[in-house]
Amino acid sequence: MEVPDPRLPAANFADLALPLFDQLYNFAHWLTQDRHEAEDLVQETFAKGLRGFQSFQPGTNFRAWMFRILRNTFLTSRTGLKSTVPLEDDASETIPSGDLSPEDVLVEQANRDAVRQALNELSVPFREILLLCDVEEMSYEEIAQVLTIPPGTVMSRLHRARKALRTRLLEKSPGGVNAVR
Amino acid sequence: MPCDDWRGKLDAYADGELSLPEMNALGDHMRRCADCSVQALQRVQLKRSVAVAGRRYEPSAEFRAKVTNSVNRKRDRGTGWFWKILVVPALLTLIFVAGLNYYVRGARAERQRVYSELADLHVATLASSTPVDVVSTDRHTVKPWFEGRIPFTFNLPELQGTDFSLLGGRVTYLAQVPGAHLIYRLRKHEISVFIFPDSGAPAAALSGAAEVRSFTFEDWAQNGLRYFVVGDVGGNDIEALSKLLRDAR
Repeated sequence: MEVPDPRLPAANFADLALPLFDQLYNFAHWLTQDRHEAEDLVQETFAKGLRGFQSFQPGTNFRAWMFRILRNTFLTSRTGLKSTVPLEDDASETIPSGDLSPEDVLVEQANRDAVRQALNELSVPFREILLLCDVEEMSYEEIAQVLTIPPGTVMSRLHRARKALRTRLLEKSPGGVNAVR
Repeated sequence: MPCDDWRGKLDAYADGELSLPEMNALGDHMRRCADCSVQALQRVQLKRSVAVAGRRYEPSAEFRAKVTNSVNRKRDRGTGWFWKILVVPALLTLIFVAGLNYYVRGARAERQRVYSELADLHVATLASSTPVDVVSTDRHTVKPWFEGRIPFTFNLPELQGTDFSLLGGRVTYLAQVPGAHLIYRLRKHEISVFIFPDSGAPAAALSGAAEVRSFTFEDWAQNGLRYFVVGDVGGNDIEALSKLLRDAR
């Protein structure tokens, strides 16, 4: 993401932010799980971004800045507050082993809905970090800026999120985890 | 490095977050280790699946338009002060200056045209065998002569004690408007004084002194009349006669 020149006028907010509209909406919908809430969230994000654009720190990442606004707005919303639960320690879950790996199940099924359902079932911290990394293709550094966590935490949380996702996918495979085993 | 150590880096490998030396080292390891290679492939596949599945929700066209309009409206509003404070007055000034310039140019052109016509009248009259229809040095003779000939009356100055002398007058026309044409003499120079109704005279745009074709001009408006003084004398002499005419009672 190109960093805006510090001398850019506030009018350039629209030029920088509107191209992110689809990504922000997709992310908002994943977080809220509701179209109307997602629209409210995106609208509020743009309003806050526009108001605060003068305080945007040049040299920092504008995309990360907008996503951070959206996420913080979500976390303080009614739905966001409900979603604030302690992170599951999915890393402790036993990943089934065997000839058929979760990825094999995924490839065989080619079932996008299964992945979507599995993502939906993840806690918000796992879901959001996977979306930022895999869908938005953000670097660990960018993700750290959005989530305001250290890059090392990004790595460990991503690892646990993927393990949790794989577990959900295995459970959705024909016959469940036991069948895989 | 044992496989367990490498597997801790497979996520970063799939995410493209390893440094180049680490990428090369892991590449070498995977060429020798089928298990690690398969696990790396599985992570890449999972990442791609999430990327595809994650692009799920699209905003409605109405919502997109709503946000876009909102942001653009605020942008316009945000720059409104700039337009109001700086650009609008600047534009108004520009328009005013352009209009004034147009007006002044037009007025100058009109004045030039009138002066040329008066210069022609002046020259033609002096070249005529009968330059004046009323021959008299007495203003009390000349002024009454115009009564009934032109639709206005005017005052002529007392010339006693001055270098000017009145030779006479005639009726003339400028742009089809009748007026008085008086001829004065200063030393050996003849000076024409034209008097027209100000409302009908075409040279009402500007007043002042000027030179056209080496003739010196002075014109002004007074009591609803417009006076033109034309001659080949210097500006001071034209101005002196003009002052006498202005002060005439």
